[in-house]
Amino acid sequence: MTTSSLSPETAAAHWAKSRSLMITSLVIWFVFSFGIHFFAKALNGIVIFGFPMGFYMAAQGSLIVFVWLIFWYAKRQNQIDEEFGVAEDK
Amino acid sequence: MQGDFTSNLGRVYTFYTGGFASFVILLAILEQMGVPDQYIGYLFVFFTIAVYAGIGIMSRTAQVSEYYVAGRKVPAFYNGMATAADWMSAASFIGMAGTLYLQGYDGLAFILGWTGGYVLVATLIAPYLRKFGAYTVPDFLASRYGGKTARIVGVIILFNVSFFYLMAQLVGTGQISARLLGIPYETAVYIGLIGILVCSMMGGMRAVTWTQVAQYIVLIVAYLIPVVIMSAQSTGIPIPQIMYGQALQEITALEQSQEYLKGAVSHVTPFLNRDPLNFFALVFCLMVGTAALPHVLMRFFTTPSVREARVSVGWTLLFIFILYFTAPAYAAFAKLEVYSHVLGQSVATLEAAQQLPGWIYSYGKLGLVTICGATSATPEALFAACQGKVEVLNFANFRIAPDAVVMATPEIAGLPYVIAGLVAAGGFAAALSTADGLLLAMANGLSHDIYYRIIDPKASTKQRLIVARVLLVLTAILAAWVTVNLDPGTILPLVAWAFSLAASGLFAALVLGVLWKRCNTPGAIAGMIVGFGLCMTYLLVSRYFPEFGLDSMGMTVNLNAAGKPVITPEALQQLRDAVAAAVASGDAAAIAKAELALHNRLINNVGWFSVANLSCGLFGIPASFVVMIVVSLLTKAPSQEMQDFIDQLRVPGGGEMMDKEGGAAIAH
Repeated sequence: MTTSSLSPETAAAHWAKSRSLMITSLVIWFVFSFGIHFFAKALNGIVIFGFPMGFYMAAQGSLIVFVWLIFWYAKRQNQIDEEFGVAEDK
Repeated sequence: MQGDFTSNLGRVYTFYTGGFASFVILLAILEQMGVPDQYIGYLFVFFTIAVYAGIGIMSRTAQVSEYYVAGRKVPAFYNGMATAADWMSAASFIGMAGTLYLQGYDGLAFILGWTGGYVLVATLIAPYLRKFGAYTVPDFLASRYGGKTARIVGVIILFNVSFFYLMAQLVGTGQISARLLGIPYETAVYIGLIGILVCSMMGGMRAVTWTQVAQYIVLIVAYLIPVVIMSAQSTGIPIPQIMYGQALQEITALEQSQEYLKGAVSHVTPFLNRDPLNFFALVFCLMVGTAALPHVLMRFFTTPSVREARVSVGWTLLFIFILYFTAPAYAAFAKLEVYSHVLGQSVATLEAAQQLPGWIYSYGKLGLVTICGATSATPEALFAACQGKVEVLNFANFRIAPDAVVMATPEIAGLPYVIAGLVAAGGFAAALSTADGLLLAMANGLSHDIYYRIIDPKASTKQRLIVARVLLVLTAILAAWVTVNLDPGTILPLVAWAFSLAASGLFAALVLGVLWKRCNTPGAIAGMIVGFGLCMTYLLVSRYFPEFGLDSMGMTVNLNAAGKPVITPEALQQLRDAVAAAVASGDAAAIAKAELALHNRLINNVGWFSVANLSCGLFGIPASFVVMIVVSLLTKAPSQEMQDFIDQLRVPGGGEMMDKEGGAAIAH
């Protein structure tokens, strides 16, 4: 069992900030998982390099956003942890 | 020794990759010298399994934390590779491209669903489970939700989710070797079993981790090479992921202009095979399921820190992405080949001119390609089947099994057999690496959660590791035995169920455990049981008891993507009348026959709101959340101690929280 040196105020402030990052990430996730694909038919009207854009977004575009999103989230969350002094010892 | 190993990982795996490349080149030379194909195939499979076994045995361990979580020393980058291999199964490697070939845009639901879920893993689950310091997923449930009941419910769900999935990997190894190497199916299943056991038995998670990294390298190389060469051949540029745009355009042009493609649905137009509700329901269930599969989540327990666990999810998805963004290219190139070189050929000259590509016959012999209702074994057989029926080969008379798309690509591109052997080795690596992870997740659920935490908490380290290994072997043998004795056709569809089941059973409990302090033990347990139970009921009824679903559960006949019932009311009435007539006649055999006809027609075709049973999580996931919230609010709030526990969970610093030897970190 670890001993807690965390004050309730710090914990609350850290969690508030972490939670808003979490929500931002999930909104981006939702847009690229569902939102843009609602418009797949319309997007297919645009063709780049032979790819109809609706098809492209489901086959590659959204995937690239997901990969970027996770690395970005990891970096931002780490900054928040360091800001509140709750990151792990290096 | 371990320290030396982890600091030298880059060198070790670079050397390994170089060794593997030289091995492939050596086999290519042997093939040129006239060594028969079959031996090349055997060498591929046996050599790669021997290497995995070598890694597995070198990584043997007598320490509990090494056995369960690889000593928490796996750097984010390598854990990413291992998780990617753990994740990508025989279905991803062999089946994905074929699904895309058949379903076009609508198959992309799998691509989206099986990648986007990692965003949920990274933001909602992995870092918190890593911080807690669990050995297994039920460990976390037990600590957060007070003890045995939550742990047992967790283990039961884990088993239900993982067991069929494991069997499917064994089926995968059997089919790949039967088709590409000519090894009998049953023998291949047992070879696969041995391959899995040598990798995991002596070293547990530590051994599985390092073999999975090795397996990732083999599978990704094997997946990329054939399609890269094919892209270079047909477009001049070896980047299939960009160049298949051209193929898509050509396919669309053919679909619109050629009479012989009548009936082919557009490859790029959405919602022709799945209506939008089912498309997005499937994406949703696969994503949430990803974030709740125990064999994947447990991989993130092995990183040195919470920070690395988060980054590791990013690496995982990047490594998965490399395969998944290539799969649509496979599908497009294969489809273009079929549309331009197979379909549209004149039947009259079929026998004489031999104008169809050779792969049609080699895969026809295996029963994977059917033309005019006959397997395309020889030009003569095809001619006989098609003569008088059609003038030119057309879409309606051509069938290709989804599995053939990836396997036939080397031959379509005219590559030497060594590349087909490489693909077989890649498929093997994909199946074995996933099977390792699943087997370990189940065996650990038994040995750690049931034996150690519930039956004998005083067991010594030595006893625990012996029990762990015995249970591992028993689970593996049971899975192999069931696999050999069941028809593969009944096993494979069950895999996709795993995602909805895991999502409905575990996701809410894991997420609310961190996000909502008010969530308590009765709420969590009720939510898990209701979510999992509802999803399972929906699956079982629509698959095995569809008449009951129609009569007593308010289910209706599903609508297809065009909004028409898949069975017309008249056809359904006819089948029902036939049953009634048989009952009136009193002939038992006739009743059974009529009932069976009705039953077979209804299987997988009934449901609520036309939702495919694959996506039963659409009902199970919300149900588990609602029940968890309502029951929690109606019962006592968790103790102050538990609230502090959650505060601790939410910050990375302060070390792991699970008491190493005792049990849950806090008293309840």
